[in-house]
Amino acid sequence: MIKTDILIIGAGPTGLFTVFEAGLLKLKCHLIDALPQPGGQCSEIYPKKPIYDIPAFPEILAGDLVDNLMKQIEPFQPGFTLGERAETIEKQEDGSFVVTTSKGTRHQAPIVAIAGGLGSFEPRKPPINSITEFEDKGVEYIIRDPEVYRNKKVVISGGGDSALDWSIFLTDVASSVTLIHRRNEFRGALDSVEKVQELKNAGKIELITPAEVTAIIGADQLEGVTIKTGDQVINKECDHFIPLFGLAPKLGPIADWGLEIEKNAIKVNNALDYQTNIPGNYAIGDVNTYPGKLKLILCGFHEATMMCQSAYQRIFPDKRYVMKYTTVGGVEGFDGSKKEAPKAVIKAIE
Amino acid sequence: MKQGHAQSMEQDIKITIIDREGVTHQVDAPTDMNMNLMEVVRAYELAPEGTIGVCGGMAMCASCQCYVLSDHKLPAKSDDEDAMLSEAFHVEENSRLGCQLHIHENMDGLKVELAPEE
Repeated sequence: MIKTDILIIGAGPTGLFTVFEAGLLKLKCHLIDALPQPGGQCSEIYPKKPIYDIPAFPEILAGDLVDNLMKQIEPFQPGFTLGERAETIEKQEDGSFVVTTSKGTRHQAPIVAIAGGLGSFEPRKPPINSITEFEDKGVEYIIRDPEVYRNKKVVISGGGDSALDWSIFLTDVASSVTLIHRRNEFRGALDSVEKVQELKNAGKIELITPAEVTAIIGADQLEGVTIKTGDQVINKECDHFIPLFGLAPKLGPIADWGLEIEKNAIKVNNALDYQTNIPGNYAIGDVNTYPGKLKLILCGFHEATMMCQSAYQRIFPDKRYVMKYTTVGGVEGFDGSKKEAPKAVIKAIE
Repeated sequence: MKQGHAQSMEQDIKITIIDREGVTHQVDAPTDMNMNLMEVVRAYELAPEGTIGVCGGMAMCASCQCYVLSDHKLPAKSDDEDAMLSEAFHVEENSRLGCQLHIHENMDGLKVELAPEE
């Protein structure tokens, strides 16, 4: 069991900054995220795009913002459970919460801060009849273990980097690789596109474009797919069909945690501390809603700051505390580091 | 003198939007606020929050896909929009991403239908 003071669901910018504000109050944090890396949408969707409305940064790339946040929170030694989705929450007799992930990792904390953005990123599933019935029976949206495809016939569909990269990778593993895309153009990295072209020329990848998988063939187990290309309809035998259409955020299991949901977001008390209808559970950043809510990173930072002060009071109801400026108090890391403003040097004139 | 806002709404155009429930709405859209069609849909709450404009308007999801029903001549698709539509679902010949359609006076009378949620 991982124990911490504030358990943060979601390692996007708001979740990451929470670690800093909590750290100033000597509270330890642990973050859970379904994605394998921190940064949320900034890392997953638009790392190379500039953001222009972070105060005092006329322009910063989303990826750099995440790197800076990671550096800023480093002294507070946050824990991370990455690549696992927070599934369930159970309130304990002592008032704390236990959150269990999709891989069964258990976390316990008196405070849970949900900073889940638009939800956890899940694969986009193409709208093909009965496709869901074949999930894990030959249809997979994520490649977890490439060895599963050894000496198998694989059909991949999609036009982005993951479709290209996995097609390339699986040529050395699978007995056959077929790549299907609705256009002749691919939007993946140029060298991946060129590599696929080479493998196609060498007869190692069968490329069918412009084409689309329109139906699944099989009884209990996948036996093939129906492909429409132009006016032609082909039935292609295969052991695995892997649609790789990227990820999209879904609120997911959080929606069943007993929290008050409105407009696909969690209602919070914004006049006070961004607490939800469940005392001890807060929601900050894009995942929450209140009158006048704006889904902006800068608002998430503000909400995280307010929330941490309230969390401190919940954990230590009898302690008195006033917010301290970092310029005055410095930043004392849990790793023994200390940053502080240089002291003035007073020198007499003789 | 050109200021940020004129007091009248003379820059507004009319757009007809059929929502995902099949209900038709005629709305006023300003041409002077650098808005796109996805934002107009959100401003009038014609699709639930979280189901449209998920990527914020970067042509990186297809949650604002719509079908253009009138014969307006719209700006050509950028490579980004084209690529995203090639990976979107329920795509038709007249599909566009609402976030890439910037409200312009020559869109007056535009009629669109929102594509189903993925």
